[in-house]
Amino acid sequence: MSTLLAIEGVSKHFGGFTALDQVSIDVGGGERFGLIGPNGSGKTTLINCISGSLLNDQGSIAFDGKEISRLPAYKRTRLGIARSFQIPRPFGSMSVLENLIVPLEYVAHRGSLHLADARGEAMEILKGMGLADKADTRSSSLSQVELRKMELARAMAARPRLLISDEAMAGLSSNEVSEVLEILFKLNAAGITIIMIEHIMQAVMKFSQRIVCLDAGRIICEGTPAAVVANADVQRAYLGA
Amino acid sequence: MRFLAGALALIGLAAAAPLFVRLEYFYFAGFVVLQFVVLATAWNILGGFAGYVNFGTGAFFAVGAYSAVALYKAVALPLGLQILAGATTAGLLGFGVGLLTLRLRGIFFSIATIAITIILETVVMNWTYVGGAKGLPILRPTEMPLHFTNYTQWLFLVMTVIAVGAVAIARYVQTGWIGRGLRAIRDNEGAAECSGVPTLKLKLAAATISGALMGAAGAPFAQYLSFIEPSSAFSLNYAVNALAMPIIGGTAHWIGPVIGAILLGSVQQIVIVTISSEINVLVVGVMLVVFVVGAPEGILGLWRRYVLRRQLPTNGGP
Repeated sequence: MSTLLAIEGVSKHFGGFTALDQVSIDVGGGERFGLIGPNGSGKTTLINCISGSLLNDQGSIAFDGKEISRLPAYKRTRLGIARSFQIPRPFGSMSVLENLIVPLEYVAHRGSLHLADARGEAMEILKGMGLADKADTRSSSLSQVELRKMELARAMAARPRLLISDEAMAGLSSNEVSEVLEILFKLNAAGITIIMIEHIMQAVMKFSQRIVCLDAGRIICEGTPAAVVANADVQRAYLGA
Repeated sequence: MRFLAGALALIGLAAAAPLFVRLEYFYFAGFVVLQFVVLATAWNILGGFAGYVNFGTGAFFAVGAYSAVALYKAVALPLGLQILAGATTAGLLGFGVGLLTLRLRGIFFSIATIAITIILETVVMNWTYVGGAKGLPILRPTEMPLHFTNYTQWLFLVMTVIAVGAVAIARYVQTGWIGRGLRAIRDNEGAAECSGVPTLKLKLAAATISGALMGAAGAPFAQYLSFIEPSSAFSLNYAVNALAMPIIGGTAHWIGPVIGAILLGSVQQIVIVTISSEINVLVVGVMLVVFVVGAPEGILGLWRRYVLRRQLPTNGGP
């Protein structure tokens, strides 16, 4: 498995607070990668640094062998890194379909878009997510689970090679969690590398091939799901045993 | 195609108007209404489409006006080139304001645009070449272009052309990929950036276009009044109207600011003549409050809700 994302010694400070401290992680192409840790441990900061919403202070981030840590977010998206947001951020004045047209227009078909084709393509993605019947609904009137799915659908419309799912299951019922999990498995089977941030342990355990646990901006444990859960540091810092 | 035909028909009507409308006041008032069509349309490109509320319309308008005046005084530049010069300098100012959006959002951005107005007004107050605080009388050219016998009628046609051009640009911006990107920025800038939208570039483009159009609207101002002075060129009225008109008409579609400007602009002209020029400011205020409370999506929103009886279409245009 070749390395798709190589994070090397990444640090991020907010004033005197160290949110990330020398974090190094390699994620392989096609991998299902889990990121866990207590609130405030730096998970979202890390993926903000990967997706370009924040710029890291030190260290390097390489995607497919190319240094990306100084690129603006939209360029990273165009290189193939897409994300969903912890708190859904729909384009509220647009329909669900149009939410997907934005990345289709700005990433997948830049400069050569026929709106009819984009609509067809957006519809295909929505079908895959089970959102086809909501295509013309205003995105601001969606339910929580629909919003989560739309976030993933919109990320997929950017045709990513790496999908970062930031707590896509928070606040969902167990049936809905299974639904979203199934979608993520399907996307991974289609060849997309996935980084999953999640507090729902049974989901992240089931999904991930490898897990990293962060605490106070530092990696405290890395390994298979079973090994990470058994680790004493992880139990003390996060699982509360 | 229909839009182009309509645009050409409007310009043709304005050119032919002197043949059948003799009333001088029609052109005098019409010019002001058209000027507000341009300002409201321009404001809406940044404020309505992208969601960055600009309170500095007066600054852009005055920069356009004073650029024209300075060049007219220096080298007697013809009107067409004055407008081009006004649009260019105001466009540059727009680019600068666009850079502010890097760090300032929401109310902080709006406050910064007010500050720019105050700073520029102070600068012009002390610029004696264009008259400083006491103003500068302008002698209009004595030769009339085309078939015109009256310069105000000619300015009315010129402003019609600018207004049609501004609306065409706003329509182009709204209906294409730029418009969708700007809406994404207005709805959620972070998500837009992560969906591949180059937010800074689009905001700079929107701010530059918006500023340039405001400058174009301001360029003929001194010729229209035969006089220019800072407090009228930088008047807060422009900022208030340029914001109130799109909100009253509806910000989601290019036609909204046009409806708002024609309605509010005409009402103001009527009030100025029949009641007083102080009451006219009150009219704007009252209408703005009524619409913000009663019809936040403006006249367009009301039209869609009660006449078409459907949800606002989300495709952003016909």
